[in-house]
Amino acid sequence: MTTIMSLLIIGPLFGAGIGVGAANKAAIRDSITLLTLIATAAGAAVLAVDVARNGTQVLRVGGWRPDLGIVLVADIFAVLVLLVALCTILVVELFAIGQRKTLAGVDPGIVSPILLVLTGGVCLSILTGDLFTLFVAFELILVSSYVLLTHQGHRSQIHSGMTYVVINLLASTLFLFGLAFVYAATGTVNIALLAERIPELADSTRYGIGLWFLVVFGTKAAMFPLFSWLPDSYPTAPTTITAVFAGLLSKIGVYVMIRFQVLTGMNELGTIILVLAGATMVVGVVGALAQDDVKRILSFHVVSQIGYMLMGLGLFSVAGIAGAILFLIHHMPVKTVLFLVGGLIEDDQGTSSLKRVSGLAARRPYLAVLFAVPAMNLAGLPPLSGFVAKLSLVDAGIDGQSIAIVVVSLVVSVFTLLSMSKIWLGVFWGTPTEPDATALADPTSVASRRMMLSATTLAIIGTLGIALFAGTLYDLSEQAATDLLLRTPYIEAVWP
Amino acid sequence: MSGALIFAVAGLAAIGTYLITSRSLSRIVLGFSLFGHATVLALLAAGGPAGNAPIADQTSVADSADPLPQALALTAIVISFGLTLFLLALARRQHQLTGDDLVEDDLEDRRIAADADAADAREAAERKAAELAEATRGPEVWT
Repeated sequence: MTTIMSLLIIGPLFGAGIGVGAANKAAIRDSITLLTLIATAAGAAVLAVDVARNGTQVLRVGGWRPDLGIVLVADIFAVLVLLVALCTILVVELFAIGQRKTLAGVDPGIVSPILLVLTGGVCLSILTGDLFTLFVAFELILVSSYVLLTHQGHRSQIHSGMTYVVINLLASTLFLFGLAFVYAATGTVNIALLAERIPELADSTRYGIGLWFLVVFGTKAAMFPLFSWLPDSYPTAPTTITAVFAGLLSKIGVYVMIRFQVLTGMNELGTIILVLAGATMVVGVVGALAQDDVKRILSFHVVSQIGYMLMGLGLFSVAGIAGAILFLIHHMPVKTVLFLVGGLIEDDQGTSSLKRVSGLAARRPYLAVLFAVPAMNLAGLPPLSGFVAKLSLVDAGIDGQSIAIVVVSLVVSVFTLLSMSKIWLGVFWGTPTEPDATALADPTSVASRRMMLSATTLAIIGTLGIALFAGTLYDLSEQAATDLLLRTPYIEAVWP
Repeated sequence: MSGALIFAVAGLAAIGTYLITSRSLSRIVLGFSLFGHATVLALLAAGGPAGNAPIADQTSVADSADPLPQALALTAIVISFGLTLFLLALARRQHQLTGDDLVEDDLEDRRIAADADAADAREAAERKAAELAEATRGPEVWT
């Protein structure tokens, strides 16, 4: 069964290779991309069932000893995130195929193969059991994101792409430096061995390593004060690409941060992480309030919501980390859907600026519903999954006697609702406006709209499913958090 | 671990950082190359003392160099080579679009700066108008 893990990484990369070969034949390329993504998601589901039944699965690539070779590790935390991430990418690709049929959505054949490379990178970064392979996986994700962000070569994209590339390149270089430090201190880059050896190091070395990787993963995750690249670069990319970035990229950073900090026992950094979490929440939401473009508002909310996940991590308790995992799983699809709806608004009106769109609810009532459900979910209104996730975080915060962060998170929730209603009032309420001249007017757009709308609807049903099974998911998150905090289940799985 | 290696890492990292903070993308590319060299040397230093080539059956484990950091360094070099090319392509595109390869001001910063300037100008104008009104009113006469 463990072979599936390697297929999850090789499959998308192989599909990408064929996709590049068939770059000019849209039908072949799209069906290969779709088939690969469906197969990968199905593989992840099989792996998830296997992990749920038989416990953590480990694959030693090439049969090497874990300290010398590459190991892939699938525990509950990994498969939960993996499954949700792959389903999210699948929905976005469905949306993208619909959008590609329109005149405005015509793009070079390179996009879907690169999306598959990104998928392979995401799988590798979630499953890898050593830090250096994690670095390679990050590079795989980042290089594909550089291409996706800048491939159209518009001036705004090159401008924001430069900032994005330079910042992320710097973070990657710092990551490599960190690897050198870790290797010099412990003689290994295998995470299971690090989980054994790092807690035995002198305090100063330990804190040095912990803080260094906090900066590295914090940059990827857009943590305060390392977030400013995100709201600048995300809105300039085409809708589907922004949706994937917003749903996945920074979340992978959080996933890795949780895994590294908890497994290496950096509990003493909890207070620092909590302070940064509070600052991330506040700065993100205040930034969102100042914006008047749907995509920019949503991008600032990405930052704000990262704060909630960091809050769970900073508490370093089972309840806190379980809450962070649940929030992570809930956030990936919800954020993606919101960006997809933002894209639909943009396609319909030719712009997503709040100043120029108004009264859309009268003309497109279905779109209004599609926006309202995930928006309320993001703000955390009951009975949606955002409410469950926030409730478990607040509960964990009260248990951990960290009242300050609980108060901050509740206040930020109110502001999140406020800025969601700002989009609602700006875009859907008021007197209807005519679409811009640049909006789609071609006859093919009816079929493609239907495809885009059904992809979005599918994703919203998925997020409602998360709310429906929130109890089961919380139990799984709690088990994942317990295993991470105990450390021994992970170490023993890799080194039996 | 040799002191010279550490000084080389520190020197390269310092020059690299200085170059990365500049506005011209071609300098940033050079900065990243130097920074990349610094990380490779750091990985090498992390591998412990130098030794013979680590070939199985030919050198004893005791006096061979640690091969793992070298493998890591090799991978890192390949990746940074690819990224340097990408950065150069980006610089080329920026040159096509704007005639230079400078990183532009952040749009949002510019908008906020413009707003602040406008607010300052408005305030100054109001103050001036108030002063003018004060001056034209003339001395108050007690009756």
